Amino acid sequence: MSTNTAVVENKKAWTAARVRNLIIDIVIWAILIIVSLLCLLPFIHVLSKSISEEAYVVANKVVLLPKGFSLNAYQKIFADASIMRSMYVTVVVTISFTVIGMFLTICAAYVLSRRNLKGRKVMTFLIMLTMYFVAGTIPDYLLMSNLHMLDTWWCLILPLCFAPYNLLIMKNNFQSNISDSLIEAAVIDGANHFTILAKIVVPLSKPIIATIALFYAVGRWNAYQDALYYIKQNTSLRPLQLKLYYLVVAATESFQAEGGNIGVLTNPEVLKAACVIFATVPIIIVYPFLQKYFVQGTMVGAVKE
Amino acid sequence: MKEKKGTQAVEKPKRRGRGMLYLKKNWQLYVLIILPLLFIFIFKYGAYGGLTIAFKNYKAAKGFAGSDWVGFKIFEKIFTHRDFGRAVKNTLFINLLDLFFSFPAPIILALLLNEVRVKWFKKVTQTLLYLPHFLSWVIIGALAYQLFSLSNGVVNALIANAGGSPIPFLQEDTWWLITYLLIGVWQTMGWGTIIYLAAITSVSPDLYEAARVDGAGRWMQCWHVTLPCIRSTIVTLLIMNLGKLMQGSFERIYALYNAKASEYSTMIPVLVYRWGIEGGKLSEATALGLFQSIIGLILVLLSDFVAKRLGEDGLI
Repeated sequence: MSTNTAVVENKKAWTAARVRNLIIDIVIWAILIIVSLLCLLPFIHVLSKSISEEAYVVANKVVLLPKGFSLNAYQKIFADASIMRSMYVTVVVTISFTVIGMFLTICAAYVLSRRNLKGRKVMTFLIMLTMYFVAGTIPDYLLMSNLHMLDTWWCLILPLCFAPYNLLIMKNNFQSNISDSLIEAAVIDGANHFTILAKIVVPLSKPIIATIALFYAVGRWNAYQDALYYIKQNTSLRPLQLKLYYLVVAATESFQAEGGNIGVLTNPEVLKAACVIFATVPIIIVYPFLQKYFVQGTMVGAVKE
Repeated sequence: MKEKKGTQAVEKPKRRGRGMLYLKKNWQLYVLIILPLLFIFIFKYGAYGGLTIAFKNYKAAKGFAGSDWVGFKIFEKIFTHRDFGRAVKNTLFINLLDLFFSFPAPIILALLLNEVRVKWFKKVTQTLLYLPHFLSWVIIGALAYQLFSLSNGVVNALIANAGGSPIPFLQEDTWWLITYLLIGVWQTMGWGTIIYLAAITSVSPDLYEAARVDGAGRWMQCWHVTLPCIRSTIVTLLIMNLGKLMQGSFERIYALYNAKASEYSTMIPVLVYRWGIEGGKLSEATALGLFQSIIGLILVLLSDFVAKRLGEDGLI
């Protein structure tokens, strides 16, 4: 009891130590608030720009809050067939890429996590070597050209969909999370490896599978380098990020005027802002739900590095 | 592997029985790995073949195999090219600066976050800090132009309102470099805290207790307990990053690149793109890429060696 009262008294008294503590807390909070705002405010600004009336945007009047209200820019984006087509390409490519990549990664990780498998070391070495010594941009490009994959769906899906780094994370996870005795027992019971993988290993590894699938999906969604190299003639195969690059960053391409009936000719600045929001919203919507998995995955990677 | 077993088995019937049993038990594993290995061989090792054109005078008309071997002529040519020295210097210089600014930021943030006792505040802060990591470089580039452009960027509008003269954040070489570095810090600082926060949670509470008994305040605890305890994580990550000094994200440079500020954006990955994809000088671009890969590999092996010498876990 006596200690309790002492604590209560202590809480009331403004000792020098308490004041110092409070000041430290305030400073820390202030720094963290400023830094977090730096991460958030660029979006708020661009979002406000995208829904403001263009006269205000042209006059540089929009800082953080929208001035006036207009969804013209978004109407225009949704009426622009090439932007919608790019979105479609990105969705199809991301899904196929992730499905194929996951299938290959899970199979390989299971096999390479079997400790008494003959040839395991050689196979692991052959795969990991490609992580540290890359052929480079031009040999990759020549390979795509020789396989006749340039300007096709395949060059966006196949070359990168099996990543040794993800394999490494998943293999280490299988090794530490699924006991050998469990698999040995299943083998003795007459289960074959296909059954063990499908019925035991995969159900037991849902968190890591979700994590790696997200790594693949976000990586594919965000990348534009390979599309920039490989998609030249067939412009209908441009993924969203590349389309955005040409529209907004390089500004070498103008918006299609297919939404002519909208009437008002929207200023490119407003349109660019709306494009940024349009391409970011899918990530921002899923991001809070996925954050936990990503954090988990990064730690798995870090621990085993 | 399988065939080797077979030839041995002819002489030693006993071994043959064991080998067959092994195969009977494990053939499915080899089936499962066929497809992944096939992918690696086609898309990774398949590309290694293209490296040969660094030693050839590649002519599209003659094709891959038909072009003439020229030994190290291509390398001699690129080593004396005026853009080569500039690109190597820029790559090393900018990556070092990048490391200098981007490396300490997550450590500081992690130490600050560790001091926050209010759960919701910590969580909201972390969520916001991680956000830039999930954005593509195109989006970040677009955001940069929206914020920093000369005529209609909001930052320059604010500066103008305050009576200052506009700053060419992306249009002038030195400012471009500063913007490039700051955006790097902005993108990586939040995400980088995860590893340090994980390391901090494994610090024993007894150490803090002992420090408090000795009269250490929060600052002293941070300096004398937390930092020494995460030292090995810091060292490992630093060495890993030193191994990447010769690399560079093409997407990052290219998304921020513009013709007005081209001095520093001439880095190796961009030069490879310009020579090879844009200019069609495939042999030169391949040679440059090969040079970068080899130096990169040496740096990685070196940093791995140093890390292991210092008693840290290696990378390989």
